[in-house]
Amino acid sequence: MILNVTDLTIARGGIPVLEDLTFSLAQGQVLVLRGPNGSGKTTLLRTIAGLQPPVSGRVEVQPESLVYAGHADGIKATLTVAENLNFWAQVFGNADISHALAAFELGAFADRPAGALSAGQKRRLGLARLLVTGRVVWVLDEPTVSLDAHAVAMFAMAVRTHVAGGGVALIATHIDLGLDEARVLDVGYYRARALAVDDFDGAFL
Amino acid sequence: MRALLIRDIRLAVRAGGGFGLGLSFFLIVVVLVPFGVGPQNALLARIAPGILWLGALLACLLSLDRIFALDWEDGSLDLLATSPLPMEGIVSIKALAHWLTTGLPLVLAAPLFGVLLNLPEAGYKWLILSLLLGTPALSVIGAFGAALTVGLKRGGLLLSLLVLPLYVPTLIFGAEVARRGAEGLQVATPLLMLAGITCGAMALLPFASAAVLRVNLR
Repeated sequence: MILNVTDLTIARGGIPVLEDLTFSLAQGQVLVLRGPNGSGKTTLLRTIAGLQPPVSGRVEVQPESLVYAGHADGIKATLTVAENLNFWAQVFGNADISHALAAFELGAFADRPAGALSAGQKRRLGLARLLVTGRVVWVLDEPTVSLDAHAVAMFAMAVRTHVAGGGVALIATHIDLGLDEARVLDVGYYRARALAVDDFDGAFL
Repeated sequence: MRALLIRDIRLAVRAGGGFGLGLSFFLIVVVLVPFGVGPQNALLARIAPGILWLGALLACLLSLDRIFALDWEDGSLDLLATSPLPMEGIVSIKALAHWLTTGLPLVLAAPLFGVLLNLPEAGYKWLILSLLLGTPALSVIGAFGAALTVGLKRGGLLLSLLVLPLYVPTLIFGAEVARRGAEGLQVATPLLMLAGITCGAMALLPFASAAVLRVNLR
């Protein structure tokens, strides 16, 4: 198992949102997280990425095998597309960005400032970053926002190539990516019960 | 690490990066003070070291909130936190980039601005040396303040209030080196104190800043 989540309870702003969540991902598997807005998908992904600690339970994953992509792409508007990608490649100890540019059809924009790209093109640049990291576990939060159908297909292709090479992907999304091999986990079933307020002060905390 | 340093410097010198903001503020202070004080060369020469140090410190303060705020806004900070770079390293590199784009230009411009304030000839060497020793501490302490206030909208005001008291020792000993140098006195004691503050800040604060950032990213 590459990623193991055991009896995980997570909280957002001190309020538990999901509890007793258990799942695991083996090599080559894709897990799609579904659930209504505010159900805790982002909190779960941030916890797995190590950005925040769980309330209880365990996340077992090699931290140096994981790459996280959140709602924001972390793109610098004044750097060119190639400079943005090159920076992340170097941070993760890689050098080659050509395959990432090709996978998301960004080659034509390579020398353009990232600030001049459209929303969908920026997202593609954000997703291309995943390819230059060379990491095994992809933890993706709403990766298809502002992508058109063609770009969604590009992304699905990238995920398919990634898992075919032994990678793992954990994706929170509302749309159908057309990945037949993906398992779906509806986090709505794990919604946390409201904490019992057992003392006077508790109501104010 | 080097990639992050190069990226930060590149961002600072490109359009809207804020490079030169501190320098122009320093210039404004130094140009306006003689007008405010009036045509009194002897008085100007006496207050020049203090004014130059104060100007440099305030100029440094001006660009502090950019150290982490921009990366926080566009999500890069989350991505950097989950990257192979250690958080302490990220903080140190960002403080270094801030010094290279703000502190170092101030050091290099200070002799020129000393002329405007009628700084005595003996003072130039010590002014440059004190700024060279002191401004890194300003950037490192400032990065700590920026880490504390990252994520707050308009956190600049709070940042200034938090950071100013921490800047006081550097200002006292830095200005003292420049003043004693200008008057031809012994400078060894304040110089050693200044160097000690800078070394201490550089050794300890990155760990504090990294811990604070981890909490703020939750």
